[in-house]
Amino acid sequence: MEQTKYLVVGSSHAALEAVTAIRMHDAEGSLTLVTRDTLLPYSPTVLPYVVSGRSAPGDVFLRDEQFFAANRVDYRRGAALEALHTGRNAAELADGSEIIYEKVLLATGAAPAIPPIPGLDQVKYHVLRTLDDATRLHAAISQSKHAVVLGAGLVGMHAAENLVKAGASVTIVEMAKQLTDGYFDPTAAQMIEKAFVDNGATILTGSRVVKLAPSAVGATLTLENGKTLEADLLLVATGVKPNMDFLGDSGVAHDRGILVGDSMQTSVANVWAAGDCAQAKSFFSDDKVMNSILPDATEQGRIAGMAMAGDPGLKHYPGGVPLNTYHFFGRHAISVGSSRLTEGAEVVTRFDEASGRYLKAIFKDDRLLGIYGVNEFFDGGVMCQLILRRVDLSAVKQRFLANPLAVGRELMSKLWR
Amino acid sequence: MGRGYNTIAFDAARCDGCGDCMTACAGAKTGTQDKTRSRIQIVGDASGGFELALCRQCGDPKCVTVCPAGALTKDGASGVIDWNAAKCVDCLLCTVGCAYAGIALDAGSGHVAKCDMCYESPAGSPACVPACPHGALTYITTSRIYNEVGDWEDLFAPGLAGCQGCNTELLMRHTLRRVGPDTVLATPPGCVPGMGSVGFNGTTGTKIPVFHPLLTNTAAMLAGIKRQYKRVGREVLALAIAGDGGASDVGFQSLSGAAERNEQILFMVVDNEGYMNTGMQRSSCTPYGAWTSTTPVGKGSGGMPSQGKTQDAKNLPLIMVNHRCEYVATASTAYMEDLYDKLDKAIEASKRGFAYLHVYSPCTTGWRFPTDQNMEVARKAVETNFVMLWDYTPGAGLRFTRPVDQPLPVTEYLKAMGRFRHLSPDQISHIQAKVVENLAFVKQMVHRASAPGGET
Repeated sequence: MEQTKYLVVGSSHAALEAVTAIRMHDAEGSLTLVTRDTLLPYSPTVLPYVVSGRSAPGDVFLRDEQFFAANRVDYRRGAALEALHTGRNAAELADGSEIIYEKVLLATGAAPAIPPIPGLDQVKYHVLRTLDDATRLHAAISQSKHAVVLGAGLVGMHAAENLVKAGASVTIVEMAKQLTDGYFDPTAAQMIEKAFVDNGATILTGSRVVKLAPSAVGATLTLENGKTLEADLLLVATGVKPNMDFLGDSGVAHDRGILVGDSMQTSVANVWAAGDCAQAKSFFSDDKVMNSILPDATEQGRIAGMAMAGDPGLKHYPGGVPLNTYHFFGRHAISVGSSRLTEGAEVVTRFDEASGRYLKAIFKDDRLLGIYGVNEFFDGGVMCQLILRRVDLSAVKQRFLANPLAVGRELMSKLWR
Repeated sequence: MGRGYNTIAFDAARCDGCGDCMTACAGAKTGTQDKTRSRIQIVGDASGGFELALCRQCGDPKCVTVCPAGALTKDGASGVIDWNAAKCVDCLLCTVGCAYAGIALDAGSGHVAKCDMCYESPAGSPACVPACPHGALTYITTSRIYNEVGDWEDLFAPGLAGCQGCNTELLMRHTLRRVGPDTVLATPPGCVPGMGSVGFNGTTGTKIPVFHPLLTNTAAMLAGIKRQYKRVGREVLALAIAGDGGASDVGFQSLSGAAERNEQILFMVVDNEGYMNTGMQRSSCTPYGAWTSTTPVGKGSGGMPSQGKTQDAKNLPLIMVNHRCEYVATASTAYMEDLYDKLDKAIEASKRGFAYLHVYSPCTTGWRFPTDQNMEVARKAVETNFVMLWDYTPGAGLRFTRPVDQPLPVTEYLKAMGRFRHLSPDQISHIQAKVVENLAFVKQMVHRASAPGGET
């Protein structure tokens, strides 16, 4: 029976950070990384840029074989986890083989969540989660005349912009009342919407598809209000669901994702989880949430790796702070922190219509909870630290709001440079 | 073994916000004068001071880990985090990952920009540093020592029996690594044998021949050994590492004699300003006012209170200059680059004749300061001009190697340790006046050396 001290399942950001963290503390312990991917590691976040043609599909890899060799990692591609037998510390792979682990990290990521719309299984549609998905979508975009994107999250919006730029007529259908719900506030979403409409896209927010059927060009979509849309290209980007089917009767507690504690440990001994498959606490509440963003995946992966290796330098996970950047039609939007308005929160907004610059900051007790900007550049990483450190901004608040870039840097230099 | 890297240091106290560094950076990196495009950003604060935002070239860079495109990499050779324009997708996630505002959007190019230390420039050094007219920016290249020395063999025993926080272990390991295995070492009674050079249980504490002369005859014995090796045709470096007591007091006649005969030896004095290993008695290198066990502080007798040492210290390195040695220098472990330069020169000079290196060595036990403060005390000694770093050769004369433009008041040094805690204002004035006088004296010698018709 094959045995390994550390088993890492997955090969994207969380898994790679865990490998590095383990090797920082334990240079020798046997380390095996299995992934269902047959390609070298890459980031789901880069895929919209493969779709647009900005990134060549062969040039997006985060590590090469040399990295794994140098770190003495037994790196196995095309090896999907089938089942986890926690009772005997065994991971069963898709080919039926088993690996006995001392410690295992589940960094299996997520897959597109396909909404249960009648007829969706009868039509051809695209999703965007793997490099193959991206390559297929890239090829299809140039052929498309009438495209429909289901879901106005960042993945859907990125793809929609690419379709618009490729000359297709594009319709975005979103159930929520605004675009980029959960990422940006209504004002920022309005600016994003206007940019898309100005460039010829049709936005249907607060709208849902109730039925799909194959048609001559591709698919006919029927909306709630009875109207129909024809699509020669349909992208389903309505969110993701964690990959955790392998949990079976492992006893590992899970809800929307795999539930983890302050050092990414699961409810079962010797099992950790990190990244898009994990459900961990939020910085802003004790609730466990899906912190499905790249910076959090790296943070969680690092913490899990340190915990697995027994690194005494481990500091507990402070909780997820949402961090998002979004580039649309030559403009930048950044959001850092919570958008939820708790009791006693103070909201300050500034909008300059002429320049299109928008800033919104949320404070509580003169401490920053969240900050959002469109075309208003500030250092997101510095803002995140101001939130995490709960820095008292009462003395500098007005200056901070006038120039978050410079005053943020001044505070950084004074407090933690 | 890991590598050390060069770095840009910022001294906020010297910055007046002129922005010349930003202009220089923008010029070097964007060909414009636009300060907002500079990779180094100086920001003013509300109270008139200035702060810095600059890439720290982190060892565990967050910007690299959060990049989805593999566009940022840490270069193992230079330590620089490199940005690959062809791979970057302008997603700005790196700016969200970095807690130090070290990578930011350059609106002029539409891409992120960060400091790369100008490592590919012909000068091989950052454009901002020489542009600063106030010395607020320095390019620290000490890593060169770490990287080179790390590959050399450590010739000192593992572990040590010295006091916690003593810098003499550092000095021993660096010096022995640098002189290499073809060396004979003399360590007279003092802290250096005490911390293990002469060994334990019949084995030596060094991987080179070491002997333990008397306090009085170190230079004489070493000179004889060197001559014997020469006679049999073996090239060895004859090295003494002695304390200030063994050199300036009872060992002085043999030291002076060897210098006068220009013996080919390298004599290093580790000056902790007293007989520290035998119970902290005063030596002729103990400074005025300092407490030692033989210059106590207390009621005294005959109505004369004891207030520490009542004489000024002997300036041994200046006395050695008057022997016209091949090389004489003062050094401090707070300035390792300077120390290494001098060690290199002293080794070369010892092949021609007598080389003398005087290293100031703060003593955590005898001077009474916390064990983590050794470098800080050593640095303060230089920053106040209490000790001066210079070197001398018969050809070039005496010159400062680390001149201090704006010396701190000597109290900054005195208050860093307990042995001066009792000083009266009069005593402090005396010490400050002595610092000024010593500086003037050395300056005169520097001036003489550089004046036309001076020493050649």
